[in-house]
Amino acid sequence: MLSKLFLNHYEAVAVILFGIGMTNLLLQRNLIKKIIGLNIMDTAVYLFLAAKGYVAGREAPILIEDGAGGWLTSSALYVNPVPAGLVLTGIVVSVSVTAFSLSLALKLYENYGTLNIDEALLKMTEEQVELETRIEQAEEDVLGD
Amino acid sequence: MNKELKLIWKKFFNWVLGNGPRPENEVIPVEPPPDLPFSQRPNDKYSRFHEATLKERYNQWLEIHGLHIFSILYSALSILTCVVIVCLLLATVAELPPFGHERNPANNEVIRRYVEHGGHETGAQNIVAGLILDYRAFDTFGESSVLFTAACSVLMMLGKSRRNRIKTHQPKLKIPAHNLNDEPILRGIASFSIPAILMLGCVVVINGHLTPGGGFSGGAILSTALILAANAYGSQRVHQFFNERTFVILSSTALMIYALSKGYSFFTGANLFHSIIPKGTVGNILSAGLILPLNICVGLIVAGTLYTFYSLFNKGDL
Repeated sequence: MLSKLFLNHYEAVAVILFGIGMTNLLLQRNLIKKIIGLNIMDTAVYLFLAAKGYVAGREAPILIEDGAGGWLTSSALYVNPVPAGLVLTGIVVSVSVTAFSLSLALKLYENYGTLNIDEALLKMTEEQVELETRIEQAEEDVLGD
Repeated sequence: MNKELKLIWKKFFNWVLGNGPRPENEVIPVEPPPDLPFSQRPNDKYSRFHEATLKERYNQWLEIHGLHIFSILYSALSILTCVVIVCLLLATVAELPPFGHERNPANNEVIRRYVEHGGHETGAQNIVAGLILDYRAFDTFGESSVLFTAACSVLMMLGKSRRNRIKTHQPKLKIPAHNLNDEPILRGIASFSIPAILMLGCVVVINGHLTPGGGFSGGAILSTALILAANAYGSQRVHQFFNERTFVILSSTALMIYALSKGYSFFTGANLFHSIIPKGTVGNILSAGLILPLNICVGLIVAGTLYTFYSLFNKGDL
């Protein structure tokens, strides 16, 4: 199995990067570091796709002139162009998701003064309890009148 | 006999459940006052209140150690999950076809078709540009829409519009304002590098169908020029020609042009109908039909969006 892994070393590295990103996502308590973990996972997927599209000894998929005013269009000359398009889609979506989650993290920091997800959750529950007691108090006051 | 047995059984059940009359000779332990700390309570482990104390003890133990044990268990389980997933994926990777081999199943007749006919069907020298902006142009339209939607939502979250003035507990993140005249090196470098970066971005966008690059990468280069200008000359100078209104108008116009032109070409040119938009000769700047205007649209959207992200995260305003 190890020799086969060395044959596919790009894919193996991509899978290990994916695992690193996922561990980061699960273990970090800081939201920014969680988002960095998500981005590492994205990068691993791009590496995997790009490695799948490569063919040894071929050129990038941009047509080459044949010297007589035409273009060389033999498919034995160029690598697979489809993974490039897929990676482009992935990069755009990852940028969008990262920007949106970073803005959510910024809002959370403005409201609770912390980026640690446990502390923020604790403060959220405290706020909820406070709100409920205040509502009960108000209801009692209204009923008492 | 039967009655006696029944009585005994009843007594036994009551003893087990602990709710009947107590036997006379039972020693009743003194119940500890509830506010006594746990360590000072008498040892009543084997009394009738055994169950209750065990529960109390468990709850107390949970209050002290529960979070710690939970966090240890959580990290151990998450590491275990990740290791299992990585091992499974590695076992799969070991069975994949070898890297870079030309007979891999990924390099099938689809690729042959794209490479051999892409040149004269789309008119683009760069096959990837022909792929994403001609064969799969609606996919790219969706991508641009995703980017535009993300920019709009970040603008709604962080922008200082009238509706967005929620009272916050914490003071906003403030970047200390610095005097821009204190940075002659940055200004000097920016004065000659901004035009160069802008020109490189335009070249990458306009040559998207001939060379590597295209709307997305060229737009990213253009946005770096805007960000450098905002850093060197102050965001007020950039704000004069690029503000929230400009961004929304520019991006939505570009998206509309993209949708209309691509939809029109699909209605007229797809499904073996002859397209009325000329393909031009492969290799010229004015070739490849709609790919050049579409690249320019995408480049404008990407440049505006990335500068919007930067500006919103930096000073919370556009």
